[in-house]
Amino acid sequence: MLVRSLRPQPAGPAGIAGRVLRSRLLGALTYPHGVDRYAELISPMLLARDVRAEVTAVRHQTPKSVTLTMRPNRNWRGFQAGQFIGVSAWMDGVRVTRPYSLAGSALCPGEIELTVSTHPMGRLSRHLRDAARTGMVLDITQAQGEFVLPLPRPERVLLISGGSGITPVMAMLRTLCDESYPGQIGFLNYSRSPLAALYDGELKRLAAANPRLTVRRGYTRSRPGAVSGRFTLEHAGAAAEEPGCASTFVCGPPALVDAVRSHWAAAGFPDPAVEMFTPPPLPFERSAAHGVVRFTASDMQSANTGLPLLEQAEDAGLLPEHGCRMGICNTCSCRKRSGTVRNAISGALSGSGEEQIRICVSVPVGDVAVEL
Amino acid sequence: MPNARPTSAEIEAFGEELDAIRARVVSELGSRDVEYIERVIRAQRGLEVAGRGLLFAAFFPPAWIGGTVALSLSKILDNMEIGHNVMHGQYDWTGDPRLDGRTFEWDTACPGEHWRHSHNYLHHTHTNIVGKDRDIGYGILRMSEEERWRPYYLGNLLYAALLAVFFQYGVALHDLETERIVTGDVRVSDKRGMISEIWRKVRRQSLKDYVLFPVLAGPSLPFTLAGNLTANLARNLWSFTIIFCGHFPDGTHQFSEEEAAQETRAEWYYRQLLGSANLTGGPVFHILAGNLSHQIEHHLFPDLPAHRYAEIAVEVRSACERYGIPYNTGPLHRQFGSVVRKIARLSLPSAAAPRPALQEAVPA
Repeated sequence: MLVRSLRPQPAGPAGIAGRVLRSRLLGALTYPHGVDRYAELISPMLLARDVRAEVTAVRHQTPKSVTLTMRPNRNWRGFQAGQFIGVSAWMDGVRVTRPYSLAGSALCPGEIELTVSTHPMGRLSRHLRDAARTGMVLDITQAQGEFVLPLPRPERVLLISGGSGITPVMAMLRTLCDESYPGQIGFLNYSRSPLAALYDGELKRLAAANPRLTVRRGYTRSRPGAVSGRFTLEHAGAAAEEPGCASTFVCGPPALVDAVRSHWAAAGFPDPAVEMFTPPPLPFERSAAHGVVRFTASDMQSANTGLPLLEQAEDAGLLPEHGCRMGICNTCSCRKRSGTVRNAISGALSGSGEEQIRICVSVPVGDVAVEL
Repeated sequence: MPNARPTSAEIEAFGEELDAIRARVVSELGSRDVEYIERVIRAQRGLEVAGRGLLFAAFFPPAWIGGTVALSLSKILDNMEIGHNVMHGQYDWTGDPRLDGRTFEWDTACPGEHWRHSHNYLHHTHTNIVGKDRDIGYGILRMSEEERWRPYYLGNLLYAALLAVFFQYGVALHDLETERIVTGDVRVSDKRGMISEIWRKVRRQSLKDYVLFPVLAGPSLPFTLAGNLTANLARNLWSFTIIFCGHFPDGTHQFSEEEAAQETRAEWYYRQLLGSANLTGGPVFHILAGNLSHQIEHHLFPDLPAHRYAEIAVEVRSACERYGIPYNTGPLHRQFGSVVRKIARLSLPSAAAPRPALQEAVPA
């Protein structure tokens, strides 16, 4: 039964309205703009294909964050705990898209929750914190990402997070609680101080109501919490009896992820599942760059500078569509016509033929032609 | 002397002023531009829905008239102020997929992809260069003394009238280079992919305008069909008129490939000025013209949002006056009258008229 509830819903509005909106006849009558470009004039939420969400509640858990509760339109196919969505908003006329992890329970299909933490350089996060109001409609994408709770559920789960990385593991925890998950759950979270700690009240409530849940919080820049200082294996032991026997999910800054990985490797535990919001510094070998990058759709070319294709295209004056700029959201995906690229995150080399690539993390190796 | 050319140094200084105007406008782009184009899009979609709706009752004459007028205006806005300008990439900086110049498709027979090549690249790069800019006569008309006269051109006025009536198909076939297929320079087989893309677009446009909406209108069928035909015709005549006023009124010039071979960016600006002409009129006229009534500014800055051309025009015109560069503008009736006279004149043999030099004369 649980399995069924997590299956993707069929796309689009159900019932007669949906069938009419997606009919071939209406498609032919509204060619070339498409049904949605007319339907959105009636209501921004009434669309045949595009996913949008209306903000239904706005709260500020901390001064540097905003938590949005949103009602997606009927094109929303649901999500798995741990996944993220792309959120777009207009700022000074420019549509900015960023990925945000969903924090709510995957068992509430009609409601999604985001907690957006602001960064000094984060335009969209600050905009959402300052400008989000109930009734605001945002363009969103379907849920994406492989950082998810597997099915069937593991016997024990250990969720480790730092800073804004709490959001996807919060979704996992809430989903497990809603499912009446029978196993042990360890929840270890780091924040700078109690003031910056997200979901404090709810975690206390969940821990009180669920004897199988152990919540431990640590503060890295103020008085110690339940655990003190930065991540150690003892902290993991405080949240889970046998950390090596639990399926471990880590989301947070690269330092935390690296620390868990190395402790896990040293102890001989199976690799944890990890997600990072801040990209690790990309190892660019700029001096070794050679070859020519051709932008086939614009009839332009330039010498390969060793930077990701997205930056090379921007340097050439092009404006490719993009989102996260760190290989997550796939917004910048476009067709490579020929040539080999190196994935800046994994270091893996692509084939030399035609394929879709994410240009924000694809560095040309020699001559490359890309459809831009 | 009428053909005096500013010195190269003056043209370079003029070019720098234009670059500065461009840089300033680019730095100012923002929500104002998006709000503008979204307002135009809402107006177009509203007019379209109203027009199609009224044409369901097209047997009732006032509904036919109202519906046909609304649908004509919708198609004109869609093609001119929205489609043409969005496909130039004027709103690409917004990052909005609905305003993406690379994927936008418009309500006319020509596939957007072909237009982006024949118009954005060929016409805007090689403006008014005979043999390269296919907008000079669309391969059908003689629009320049630079083109050798042949007896075929006795029909110049007739061909122009036919092109005006069927303008959307003329534009759709533009990139096909039919005249080069006729002469054997290009093989039909080389153009097979392009032909099937045009056919696909024409079929979907025709299905909507000439089959589905008339059939759905039931008893109104013949009237709805007539309304849709009329709206497409009105759009064809209007866009032909505006577009032919852009580069062919008296005082605009065509050039040879050699003249433009080694030009600098500033000289490219200069060629755009010598080859383009504006139309004067009120704000509504400019919107319905897709701001191609500011053809000069459009050719200088094809990727700046067109609703800004009116304010840019003031600065461009003052710079032209200071550098002694002609700035061709006039009301529609006068500019179009001179275009028609030119089409008639060029149906007969004529020698090339004197015109300003693109390049500075090299001292002997």
